[in-house]
Parts: sequence; structure tokens; C-alpha cells
Amino acid sequence: MSPLASNPPVPSRTDPSVIRNFCIIAHIDHGKSTLADRMLQCTGVVQPRDMKAQYLDRMDIERERGITIKSQAVRMPWEVDGVDYALNMIDTPGHVDFSYEVSRSLASCEGAILLVDAAQGIEAQTLANLYLAMEHELEIIPVLNKIDLPAADPDRYAAELAQLIGCEPEDVLRVSGKTGVGVPELLDRVVTSLPAPVGQADAPARAMIFDSVYDTYRGVVTYVRVVDGRLTPREKIRMMSTGAAHELLEIGVSSPEPQPTEGLGVGEVGYLITGVKDVRQSKVGDTVTLESDPAEQEIGGYRDPQPMVFSGLYPIDGSDYPVLRDALDKLKLNDAALNYEPETSVALGFGFRVGFLGLLHLEIVRERLEREFDLDLISTMPNVVYQVTTEDRTVVEVTNPSEFPEGKIHEVREPMAAATIIVPAEFIGAVMELCQSKRGHLQGMDYLSEERVEIRYRIPLAEIVFDFFDSLKSRTKGYASLNWGADGDQAADLVKVDILLQGDQVDAFSAITHRDFAYSYGTMMTAKLKELIPRQQFEVPIQAAIGSRIIARENIRAIRKDVLSKCYGGDISRKRKLLEKQKEGKKRMKMVGTVEVPQEAFIAALSSDSSSADKGKK
Amino acid sequence: MPAVLPLGDPVPDDGRLPSSCGEAVRRSLAAGVPRTFSLYVHVPFCTVRCGYCDFNTYTAPDLGPGASRGDYVDTAVAEVGFARRALEDSEVPARPLHTVFFGGGTPTLLPAAHLVRILDAAREAFGMVDGAEVTVEANPDTVDEAYLRELAAGGVTRVSVGMQSAVPHVLATLERTHRPENIPAAVDAARAAGLDVSLDLIYGTPGESLGDWRTTVETAIACRPDHISAYSLIVEEGTKFSAQVARGQVADVDPDDQADKYLLADELLEAAGFRWYEVSNWAHDPQETGAHRAEHNVAYWRDMDWWGIGPGSHSHVAGVRFWNAKHPAAYAQRLATGVTPAVGREVPDAEARLLEQIMLHVRMVEGLDVRVLEQAEDGGAAARARIPQLIAAGLIDGGLAQAGRIVPTLQGRLRNDHIVRELAGF
Repeated sequence: MSPLASNPPVPSRTDPSVIRNFCIIAHIDHGKSTLADRMLQCTGVVQPRDMKAQYLDRMDIERERGITIKSQAVRMPWEVDGVDYALNMIDTPGHVDFSYEVSRSLASCEGAILLVDAAQGIEAQTLANLYLAMEHELEIIPVLNKIDLPAADPDRYAAELAQLIGCEPEDVLRVSGKTGVGVPELLDRVVTSLPAPVGQADAPARAMIFDSVYDTYRGVVTYVRVVDGRLTPREKIRMMSTGAAHELLEIGVSSPEPQPTEGLGVGEVGYLITGVKDVRQSKVGDTVTLESDPAEQEIGGYRDPQPMVFSGLYPIDGSDYPVLRDALDKLKLNDAALNYEPETSVALGFGFRVGFLGLLHLEIVRERLEREFDLDLISTMPNVVYQVTTEDRTVVEVTNPSEFPEGKIHEVREPMAAATIIVPAEFIGAVMELCQSKRGHLQGMDYLSEERVEIRYRIPLAEIVFDFFDSLKSRTKGYASLNWGADGDQAADLVKVDILLQGDQVDAFSAITHRDFAYSYGTMMTAKLKELIPRQQFEVPIQAAIGSRIIARENIRAIRKDVLSKCYGGDISRKRKLLEKQKEGKKRMKMVGTVEVPQEAFIAALSSDSSSADKGKK
Repeated sequence: MPAVLPLGDPVPDDGRLPSSCGEAVRRSLAAGVPRTFSLYVHVPFCTVRCGYCDFNTYTAPDLGPGASRGDYVDTAVAEVGFARRALEDSEVPARPLHTVFFGGGTPTLLPAAHLVRILDAAREAFGMVDGAEVTVEANPDTVDEAYLRELAAGGVTRVSVGMQSAVPHVLATLERTHRPENIPAAVDAARAAGLDVSLDLIYGTPGESLGDWRTTVETAIACRPDHISAYSLIVEEGTKFSAQVARGQVADVDPDDQADKYLLADELLEAAGFRWYEVSNWAHDPQETGAHRAEHNVAYWRDMDWWGIGPGSHSHVAGVRFWNAKHPAAYAQRLATGVTPAVGREVPDAEARLLEQIMLHVRMVEGLDVRVLEQAEDGGAAARARIPQLIAAGLIDGGLAQAGRIVPTLQGRLRNDHIVRELAGF
């Protein structure tokens, strides 16, 4: 075992040749956080008694769901052959919704540990991130984790990894994050195989922001990797995308608690505090330079986060609307990808149209709103952004079915996704059938090993957003893993299906769907509402319509008996209380025209099928 | 009595009522507004418990001192005395009993002499108006002519027989053990003893066809009773029946089926000279003189006063509602130590009182006097505004509404709660 570094390099004065910057690419549950924790312990930056399980996953939701949403960077000392090195581990978010953040983390590193569960093999998102890392020309260290598990099959998966990255199976390291076996050897390998960062120490300072986190006490904490030059405290820095200048109040490294330093030099990774209160002023991917001696060229690769999925968020209790607005304002401080606009719905009242990077992002935001701000929310069916061209060639961007233009439509374009699915070979047929039914086009198929296949489809994003992942899971006994990325758009025969209660349109239930699926959506929704909406004093037709054409209809029959047949001495209080309870219940009813719809019916109709907490697990 | 008691305020040990009660009664009497006083006597014993029943009743013959079939009579008589003292102490003016009703459980499980003893005690404590109606609920299997004659001799004027159905498989589903052929005999025996007779029917039991129900109503009519009550089967929480429904062993009741059966019952009964006077009650009254109504129940619907004797019984005196300990042993023990058997009470506020009046009065053929609605905060404006819609929907009689009375039509009886909600403004 390598000794702990006896004389660790001092931040701000570390020679780039002893710096190693790396990240860990892994699928959820493959043990990335456990391994990272073990590294913190091995290198002595965290004492065993201070160890919280999965130290780096800071948010409760992250810890509970076992996913990493926001990345962090930790500096660890490590000695090899008498030389003390500084290792910067840059933690990456594991989910497809955050692939841009992943790409920025990768761009800050020279190498990546490809961590794979020795009992499960590589999964689709890991593969996607691996490809991304290879595009960035990172040195890859293949590692099998959980070799202590009885079900581990390291020989088999070592062969799979070797084939993927073009190395020998014996080059694949075997570790156990749980027991610590193999971790020192892995740290040694990081030092010996990864290149040291290269940069110009005397050039104007340039550092790339790979993460930006809002902290209630300290404002925005910005994580950077210095490429050229040097950042020092009490200087003014400039954000190159916006030109905005900020005072540098504090600069330092995390190990893993923040530790102020005299600056950061070439190749170093650390944090900046400038006193800004909104992560939008310190955007991931942006280049930081010095106001006094600015660089001319950005590092490159910066782009604004693009929301891909929109959903309406409404408080169940209408009086909570201001609370929801304040809560979104607060979350926005820490989430540059979150954007929203006020929206009103006839059925749901006042709420917000919120744009998200993907479904996981949506669920995380919703969960945080409910948990941290004690809100009860209804979210409408998620939808993507459509470009609708009307007959007079006006182009309308539709993020909400209610914006879909009336009248004749020239063309509707929908966003497409490039989807990668990895499954055991026995499920190829089931997956292809599903993708085909979701309007997907096969792009290719590769065997990763004899048993496992990577299948690639081009598929409308709207189909993925709807219930694709649940269907995929159920058709593959849970074995499939999915990754997707934006892949242009296509023209398609899309229509808006409206749902009408007694002739009154219920905006919350409108959906944009392919014409071929309009009928099934209409019959599904009308049937569902028939079950959910209680009988009224009159007959209520529930219709689904495209424009003025009715495509499905159900009837809620009128109530015929609405009386308690017995009302004697002791029944009187009871019956009165029953009526008083109904009076209370009435307050939770939403009126659609003259039809009373219980709040629960909206929630049930909007929540089933269309979204599932399980997606967060992938 | 329902098995679940509402939460309420505490009752002082001496059972004394708020002073507002006495004042309210005196005011009514002075103004000539009727405010009669009745007595309900609960007998909490049955030989078997029917699966649908959620009444406060027990099959064990001995539930502890003062609460066994043999000595319950002493406890009930003790409460009659307690009631008289409590009303006196509360300065509620003494009024003779307008009606008495023995309900259960199965009152006829007690010896006739016991029921008569309680009635005697009540008469002695409060007095009784001339021609007061005194009803006893009877199980056809537990009465014979001698028993009924003994009741009649003791002052009982009327029996209410739990017939429920004339169809064996329906009785089996209801877990009623009586034999349908005993019903006519019981009715005849009661008549021979000089008693008025009412039959209780239940419709909408799972498995009961419309034809079955027709048979039941026709059989009941053929017995020539003076009065028929027909109730839709209700799946009450906590009953064996509701557990069976929850497990899917028995089909749930179907409100549409019950609506059909209500309409059929009304049609058959009207044709046979019975007149509806409350949602679930029809009196044999071909000349429409108001004869043969269950006066005791009418007193409930007219918001009169009554004292409920027995475990779990509810009482109402001038706007104050209170209720007794539910378990017979706990009930008897309280009385034995001189403490009120009442364990809770409530004084509904003005809004709740108005709701009670609306819901009670619109059940009846005399309907609701629209002036009652003026008690609402807005002087009844909102309620009045809804009357035209109720007429248009065919739920209340338009002509009578114009004359100032809200009287439900046949459809309005079936959707009576809707009328109540509309008039109460929600």
C-alpha cells in the first residue's frame, strides 16, 4: 500500500506535473459514491470517524435516491515513489438530463475512471458518458467494482470492458469500494497513467466553470479548473460569456471541506466565491478571466442550457400560488437550467409553465418543491417543444398544448432524440417492437458481448417523455438501460386532442399527439375520467376531440338516488355531519362549467401513466 | 341508534341542561308553537346479529349488572327517574309524553311485563297525552297473541314488525332468521290484540331482483298493515356486511337499482291506498286524512323534544343534543352510581340548526316553510334564488313552492340530499 503523502503539494503553488485531474464515470448503483468515499479515507482527507456514507452527495434527495445531481471537486494528496501528488477528483452527475454538466466536468479532466459493477456490466448511460470522455480524449482507467459480491463475474465483464475501450482484460482493475480492496492500487494508477495538465502559466488567466452551486450562507460557489495563468484573491474576475465583472471574495480548494488558498495555478481545481446570488451569473461552461488582464479567447464549448420538456405546475391549494412562486425563485438560484413563466388553467387555476432538461430534472424539481417548501402540487402531462407553421407561414413555438394554433396547419415539427438502449439479447425483439410502436427508426445495433446488445434508435422525444421508459422496463424485466440525446427535429402528422366535459374544454387534459395515437389517447382519457369523476345531478358527456371532430365519448350517468333513507333520533346529528362534510368536500371541487370535478380526479388523471418516480433511478 | 357516536362536549354529572333549554321550551309554549315531548327506549339485545346491522345491540343475554335481559328493566326505569329529575333541575317545563317508542335491538326479547313496567314508570314520571302513540318494535318470531295482548293491556298501541323481505334468499343474505310465513300471523295477532301494525322493509339487498322486491311489497300490502316503512340497504362501516363487500364476497349495493325499487314501491303502495308522508314512510290513508302516521318519528322530523332511554340513545331538548354511554354495562354502571348516562352533548350553532331543519323538513310531505330559510346569514336570498332551478329540475313542487312550501316531488324524494345542499347553499 502506498503511504499517505508526507508533504502534500500546497494549493496555488503546485507544479502542474504533480497534478492529476480525473472523474469517475459510472452508472447509478454501481458504487461511484462509495468508491469516492473510500478514496477520501485512503488519502487521509477524511478521518474515518467523520465519514458520512457517501460524503460527496450532499443533497438529501441525492442521498435518498442514490444519484448525484450536482458535482463536486475534491483535492486529495497521494504519494507515489517518493513524489507527492495532488489528485483532483471531479464528481460527475450520472444522469442523461445533465449531460451538458457531465461534458463540462469531463472537459476539466485529463482522465476518467470507468467504473462498472462486476455483477452487472456496463449500462447505456455509462456507455454514453464513456463515448463522451473518449471524444474529449481522456485517458480511461477501466475498473470493476463490487468484486466482493458473490454474484460478481469480473472475468466476463473485464472482457466486455476491454473490448469496449481496446485494452487487455488484465488491464482492468478490480476493486471493492465497500472493503477498500484495490483502492490504493487504483490511486497509484491515476498517478501513473493519467497525463499531467498542460497550460501556460504566464498567459492571461483562463479557468472553466464546471459547476456552480448556490449556498444560503455564502452565495454562489463556483467550481473551476484553471487552464492558463493564475487566479488570486481580491482581484476582479470577468465572466467571458456576459462580460460581467465580480469581486473575488474567496478562492480555495475542497478537501473536502472548503479551504481558502492564496490562489489557483495552471491545472488546479478549486472554488471561487464572488458574492453573486444567482447561479445564472456564474454559468457552467463559461470561462473566468481577470478583469485587469483579460484573456482574448474563451475556452470554448459553452452553451446555455436548453429546456427539453415542459410541464405545468399548479398548487393543489390555490392560495399556495405565492409560495410556489417564491419557491421556484429560490430553486432557480441553484439551477441554471430551470425556467418558468406564470400560466393559468381554467381547471387548475394559477400556476407555472416550467421547462426542464428532462424527466428526472422535472421530478427532482417537483420533489424539492414539495419537500423543501411543503407544497402539494399537480403537474400536467409533460410535453416537448413543437414548431408549428400555420397556413400563412407564421411559425409558432408551442410549449403548451393550449398554444397550439387553431385552424389549418402547414407543418408541425417535433424534436427528435437519439436513443441508446442496452439490453440482454433475449429482449431485442421486445425493445424493437416498443421503439417501432413509438415511431422510432432503427439506426444500428452492436453486440457488446455475446449476451448484451446496444440498440440505437432515432425516436421522437415526445414519445420518450410520455411513458417510454416504464414500458421499456416492463418489457425487459427491468434489464434495459436507456440513454438519449437531442437529435434534431422532424415534421410529423401531429394533432391536438382536447378533452371536453359537457362541452367545456378542460385545458389541463389537452395533449399533442401523433394522429395515429390520437384515438387511443382520447379513449384512454375519457374512460379514465369516467371512472374518476363522480356522478352529477345531470348526465355529463366526456368527449375527446380534434378541433371540432369528436373522436371518443363516454357518459357519466346522472345520479338517481341521493338520499339517506333513514333519519331517526340518533341519525340526525350523524346525517347533519355527513352533509357538513360534503360541504367541506365541495371546497376541494373544481368547477368545469357546471360539472364538479374533485381535485383528486385531476391528480389521478394527470399522474398515472405519464410519469413515474422510477425514472429517477436511471 | 347508530353505533358510532359523534364527538361532543362534556355533560355535567347531574345531567343538567343549559338554561337556554328551559327558556326555549317556555317561549314555545307561551307562543302556542308546538314543542312536544317524547320518549325513546332502547333495548340492546338480539338473539343474532344481522350482517347489515350497525345498531347498538348485543347477542349475549348478560352484559353485566343492570345490563342483562333479566335486570335491564330496572336500569331503564332508573333512567326514567333520572330524566325527570334532570329536566326538573334544568327548569324545563314538565310536559306529558306525546309518544313512546321501544326500539332496539329486539325489545320483544324482554318479557312483555318488563316493557309495560318501563311504560308505567314513564307515565308516572311525565304523564301521557290522551291517545298517545306507544310503539314496540317486534320480531315476528318472538311474539305471539298472548304477548301482544299483554302489551296492549299495558298501554302499547302499535307494533312495528321487522319483515324486511318476503323472499327467502334475500332474508338469508340479510341473515334474518325469521320465517317469512310468520309475518301474516304476527300481523293478525297484533290486530286481534287491537294494535296498529307497521311493517319494515329493506330494498336493494345484493341478489334481490326487481321481481323479488315486487313480491315483498305485494306480500306486505296483502298483510293489510296500517303503515309501511321501506329503507334502502345501507352498507354501514364496521359491519360484517361491509367487510364482505370489501373482500368482494358480496356485491355492493347499486344506487340505480335502489332508485328503481323505490319508484316501484311508491307505485305499488300508492295504488294500495298508502300515502307517503316522509321519504321512507307510507301510511295507509286512502282518504288522505293524515291517519296512521308514525307520530313518534314525525316528532323527530318536526324537531320536537325527546329523551332517549338506554345505552347509546340520543336525546334532543330544545336544540341541545346529547347521547348515552354506548356499552350497556358502562351505561348501567353510571346510572347505578347516580351519574348521568350521557357521555357527550352538542349545541349546534345557528347554521347547523338551520341545516338540520332543512334536512328534516324537506323529507316530509308538508315540506319546508320557506320562511325557515330566512334564518340564514343572508336572510335566505341565496336559497330562494335556487328554488326556480329545483322546480325546473322537477325536484320540488312548483305550485307549493309558490305558496311558500318546499315539498319534494317523487324525484325530489330520491334526490332529497341534493335539495338540502342547494337550499343550504353548497
